[in-house]
Amino acid sequence: MNIHEYQAKAVLKEFGVPVPRGVPAFTVDEAVKGANELGGPVWVVKAQIHAGGRGKAGGVKLCRTYGEVAAAAKSLLGSTLVTHQTGPTGKVVHRLYVEKAEPFVRAMYLGFVLDRKVERIRVIASAEGGVEIEEIAAERPQSILQQQVDPAVGLQAFQARELAFGMGLNIKQVSQAVTTIMGCYRAFRDLDATMVEINPLVVTKDDRVLALDAKMSFDDNAMFRRPKVTEMRDAAEEDPRETQAAEFGLNYVGLTGDIGCIINGAGLAMATMDMIKHAGGDPANFLDVGGGASPERVAAAFNLVLSDRNVKAILVNIFAGINRCDWVAQGVVQAAKGLRVPLVVRLAGTNVQEGRRIIDECGLPIISADTLAEAAHKAVAASRGGEVK
Amino acid sequence: MSILIDETTRVIVQGFTGDKATFHAKEMIAYGTRVVGGVTPGKGGHTHLDRPVFNTVKDAVKSTGAEASLAFVPPPFAADALMEAADAGLKLVCIITDGIPAQDMMRVKRYLRRYPKAQRTTIVGPNCAGIISAGKAMLGIMPSNIYIRGSVGVVSRSGTLGYEAGAQMKALGIGVTTSVGIGGDPINGSSFLDHLMLFEEDPETKAVIMIGEIGGPQESEAAKWVKENMKKPVVGYVAGLTAPKGRRMGHAGAIISAEGDSAAEKAEIMKSYGLFVAPSAAELGSTVALALSKGA
Repeated sequence: MNIHEYQAKAVLKEFGVPVPRGVPAFTVDEAVKGANELGGPVWVVKAQIHAGGRGKAGGVKLCRTYGEVAAAAKSLLGSTLVTHQTGPTGKVVHRLYVEKAEPFVRAMYLGFVLDRKVERIRVIASAEGGVEIEEIAAERPQSILQQQVDPAVGLQAFQARELAFGMGLNIKQVSQAVTTIMGCYRAFRDLDATMVEINPLVVTKDDRVLALDAKMSFDDNAMFRRPKVTEMRDAAEEDPRETQAAEFGLNYVGLTGDIGCIINGAGLAMATMDMIKHAGGDPANFLDVGGGASPERVAAAFNLVLSDRNVKAILVNIFAGINRCDWVAQGVVQAAKGLRVPLVVRLAGTNVQEGRRIIDECGLPIISADTLAEAAHKAVAASRGGEVK
Repeated sequence: MSILIDETTRVIVQGFTGDKATFHAKEMIAYGTRVVGGVTPGKGGHTHLDRPVFNTVKDAVKSTGAEASLAFVPPPFAADALMEAADAGLKLVCIITDGIPAQDMMRVKRYLRRYPKAQRTTIVGPNCAGIISAGKAMLGIMPSNIYIRGSVGVVSRSGTLGYEAGAQMKALGIGVTTSVGIGGDPINGSSFLDHLMLFEEDPETKAVIMIGEIGGPQESEAAKWVKENMKKPVVGYVAGLTAPKGRRMGHAGAIISAEGDSAAEKAEIMKSYGLFVAPSAAELGSTVALALSKGA
């Protein structure tokens, strides 16, 4: 789960991280009022979307008068920003953040990630900031500073100092940077984050260390114990189908193809999508019905997949372990009545005979397949209106 | 032989009296697994499935000599259950639970290092289908009838893709020594590499298939080790060629977020280290057959 920049800054501020003063705004009026509250002489109006690269895409505007703030807010609100992280369709701007502009003399990088290789939190810093860390890592790997955090004792002050001195800060700035680094770490640990990124971390003209931008992502698995983080979820940033899927205990990711997929198990779902591609087709979605797929859940899966108007055929592939084929078959038969597209079903595993019998005897034009390969080929043929039996 | 478990392994179930645990414990017993009891805090002294229930894992170990456990514990309590099992000296814990916070697993892995390597608990999972030593014992939730006893080791992140491999091999008359699901989370109790090492040591295992997916460095590390250390032929497969970057594909760990995370890159790395790479998930069985014929 991701949150907006203004939310991340509010969170980090609570953990003692210095951030510029700012006000979130949902309307032009709120933006101007916010600028007035903050006081001049210069403001930055920033589009709030869950994607990086906003500056280059024109989503960050420097303003010197209230009129300019109003004009910037007006042009940004409701506009679509396309950055290298949004995909070609871009993201619509619904929220703004008006900040007091902070002239700076140095831009650095500070990031925290959950490193899967070492299974620890890794802190990454660089004396160079403002550009993407991947770029710095590729071009000047020697300028990347790193620390690993032992989960038994947490990040130690000496580690933060090593990073701060490594970034070339003077002694006064180092102590501020240490406060920032430790604050970000505590926020990461205490709120079950998976990523905290301050890019850039700056030294202002008047010699203060400040988090000029902030990004945070959180571990979905830990949200049961982080109600305050969950409250910051912005549904407008998420695919409504994915939100709906989650309510039924389904995992859905919308894609661009035309063969709808309903599968149990994330690995099998990915492999089946690959199989469709292999057979010359294109999957419309990833969908894992999960364990314990009741007829209700299967019906919900069909509704979701069919809500994508591109779908020309549906492939159901169930290898039941914790699931039962007969249960899934009952759900499939119910959902298949009056279906507008051809349906290919492959069942295997627990209670497979009973499941197949239900499918064969239901009297509906369901196309059966015995193997994964057969299922994929039949689905691709069916999506093209071709001969499938 | 087989790895991790066989018909002599004394097994307890953590979270024994829950509905799902009860269902799967029955299946395990029916398969021949030596289930000697279970743990549910507060229900110690009761009997469940004709077996004793204990309040703590230590009590269970003391009374039954248990060596392994299957943990069916909800996510908020899972890390605690794993550390309890480790502290009680179990050699193996298989955790089925999906949805455990990553930082909890991070702390569990750190906790395990309190113990010297020889006494350290092996955790399999979380978010996995478990372990089956074909014809001997089962510590998991898989449909046991899709595996026949034989000479191939299976290690898979995905449960259902592991089933797919087992069933395709059975259709070709190829059997399994042990099939291990390491789980789809970003931090696993044990890795592909851990189990490849065990399969390499197991005299009955003649070949191994490892089934990976997008996200994380595990598959590539394991493939490198295969090239440098393994004598037995290894088949590789990576799911998720069609997965878009930056999107979590069901499994918490299945997300392309760094270089080398994509399915195409991992398959390429496997090939470069001399693994037999299955071109699609429909060719897991046939690629194992090929590896067996060439490796023999």
